[in-house]
Amino acid sequence: MSFLTVLYALLFYTATALFIVGLAYKIRQYATTPAPLKIPTTPAPTTTSGVVLRMAREVVLFESLFKGTKWTWLFGWMFHVSLALVILRHFRYFQEPVWGIITFIQPFGMYAGFFMVLGLLGLWARRIFVERIRYISGPSDHLMLALLVGIGASGLMMKFVKHTDIVSVKAFFLGLMRFDLQPLPADAPLLVHLGLVAALLIIFPFSKLLHAPGVFFSPSRNQVDNPRERRHLAPWAAELDK
Amino acid sequence: MAAAKFDTPNMREYPSIPALQPDATAHLKSYLAAPDHNTFLGFPGELVENWQEKAIEKMGDLLGKYRGFRVYMDACVKCGSCTDKCHYFQGTSDPKNMPVARQDLLRSVYRRHFTFAGKYIPWLVGARDLTREVLDEWYSYFHQCSQCRRCSVFCPYGIDTAEVSMAAREIMDSIGYGQKYCNEILGKVQKIGNNLGLPGPALEATLEEFAEEISDETGCDVKIPLDVEGADVLLITPSADFFAEPHIDGLMGYAKVFHAAGISWTLSTYASEAANFSMFIGSYSNMKKVAERIRKAAIDLKVKRIIVGECGHAWRVAYSFWNTLTGVGSGADDPYALQLQKQLDHSYPIPQHICEFTWDLIQQDKLTFDKSQNDHRTVTFHDSCNVARATRMGTEPGGQFDIPRNVIKAVCNNYVDMDPDTIREVTYCCGGGGGLLTDDLMELRVKGALPRMEALKRVIDEDKVNAMAAICAICKAQFSKIMPYYGIPMDTIVSLHQLVKDAIILPGQGEEEAEPAAEASE
Repeated sequence: MSFLTVLYALLFYTATALFIVGLAYKIRQYATTPAPLKIPTTPAPTTTSGVVLRMAREVVLFESLFKGTKWTWLFGWMFHVSLALVILRHFRYFQEPVWGIITFIQPFGMYAGFFMVLGLLGLWARRIFVERIRYISGPSDHLMLALLVGIGASGLMMKFVKHTDIVSVKAFFLGLMRFDLQPLPADAPLLVHLGLVAALLIIFPFSKLLHAPGVFFSPSRNQVDNPRERRHLAPWAAELDK
Repeated sequence: MAAAKFDTPNMREYPSIPALQPDATAHLKSYLAAPDHNTFLGFPGELVENWQEKAIEKMGDLLGKYRGFRVYMDACVKCGSCTDKCHYFQGTSDPKNMPVARQDLLRSVYRRHFTFAGKYIPWLVGARDLTREVLDEWYSYFHQCSQCRRCSVFCPYGIDTAEVSMAAREIMDSIGYGQKYCNEILGKVQKIGNNLGLPGPALEATLEEFAEEISDETGCDVKIPLDVEGADVLLITPSADFFAEPHIDGLMGYAKVFHAAGISWTLSTYASEAANFSMFIGSYSNMKKVAERIRKAAIDLKVKRIIVGECGHAWRVAYSFWNTLTGVGSGADDPYALQLQKQLDHSYPIPQHICEFTWDLIQQDKLTFDKSQNDHRTVTFHDSCNVARATRMGTEPGGQFDIPRNVIKAVCNNYVDMDPDTIREVTYCCGGGGGLLTDDLMELRVKGALPRMEALKRVIDEDKVNAMAAICAICKAQFSKIMPYYGIPMDTIVSLHQLVKDAIILPGQGEEEAEPAAEASE
């Protein structure tokens, strides 16, 4: 087994472990921190099903961002939807046989890669050219975009410019999942692509990517507007009642 | 006042996003609280020796107590959606008044002490140590946020700068670096019963005077009762309603509505204040103490209903927090709350907003109006931020927008709305909310009012609007002070129930005289 294969195998085991453990830790932290007061941004739904709908609109359509700025919404939504399609398309490298739905998505997923990079470049352009966004952008914000663009571009390279031995790549990942190492092709675009993806997994629980689990725990979006009818009391606040 | 001179911003023909002027309002610093203001509230009197350590400790404490604060510190992706939404940014051009930049003043320290990246690679993620400069920046800019929540409407994660600024102020209070305006007032309300420090006898005399004025004008025997045990309704209203214009006219409006509906009511000396500034400084324990005064008054006076007068943040505290804090509402199970539950009439909302109350009576056809009494006015309505984005009225989401407008339309013939981008859910703050209604922040107040003044000016010019109704004591006080800076007459701001007062016909009114007094009271 080549050094490269072992290195990437270890890298992916480590990255996956950090991603899962880190994310689970943060989700647990969010879930166990009480929200002592009712603070939904109103008008807010008065029922739980209403809140589910509000959250769905927020997560699927980016409703609030749409109200805020159309350009950022356009690029941001384009990026996220494309990314979702691209990720679904990649399921085929982790399963045998491939699900019908994944096969169906394949052509859309392929071209979604372009829209993903386009969306990212749009977001990046705003960071560079809009004075206000430039002011609030730090090195990590630019690097995050660079990382994602790098992932997208290296992936597109493999798909449309310099094909890699995808059958071997699939064998490598299926092998990883069964703890049975298979050789990884030593193609530059592939190694860059996988390296950056592993980096993304590692960074995820330590960065602003926590917006993904965070939105579900945001009290201004996930609370039911019923404070007069139902008493809402956090454990630490209940202590003060005694 | 020794405040530096400043220019009132020019009204923009089309609202545009200003070019950044870094540190444009870095010089603003509202007065620090005196040691006795702080100690009374349970805070250290002055900045403690090991303040850095204590501040970080407090931040950790709040991160564990408030999920919102915790999530908001992590979730921001710097998308910029909020950057142009703050009225203070629009009025001052100071980039630190962009909501995300304001949050970052605190977030940078959070990252340094509570995140992996901030501890080991601070330069990468903009993490900062808590230095004296950072503390002073906190003090300045977290007292340039009126906690109006407009930014949170546009945030894809609902990040609420109000929560962040409350946390920042709570941290500063915990190290003895509190603000005079809020902390002094919180002492008065807990020692005397209202923010003004108006003692019982003075209050009684004032109310008698107002009642006489109404009685003289209408020929009906209208009372403004105080401390009447066994009344049906306890009215909790901001103490500004007892002394300031146009607030007083609103109070007289409530009195006339109660009289016309034949519902017995009372004010309380002990709880003669709806405002609860503890919210502005993020102090849960003080907020609870102030709210408990209202529960005690309700129990002592044996009332069946609690109604809240025209006050924005007070309605937020009442509607959203009273039930949590003291069990005013349904569902609490401690002995006091149970006694209160038994005593209160649950066929009405607990608590009820005065606009809900009046609208309910109008729908039941229990009030008579002569709308022509308001014909000299063309009215618009300013949605107060806390009512709009942190509460509800009625049973449907958005009732907080429709019910006040319904009441106005029931008593006025001429009504127009301002630009849809400046009302309802996306309404602009008056510029004086959140504990900033103090003379030492006059420059900020004037500049922060810009978006509302522009929208108002447009309807003044295009629709001949000459009255803007509000249902918040802070909005009313702020507007009557800053409108002249923009060349708008100060009496353009009116209480919503002032419009009700001018149009309502009391039962029996005008029967003795041939002609009821028709002039408006100004």
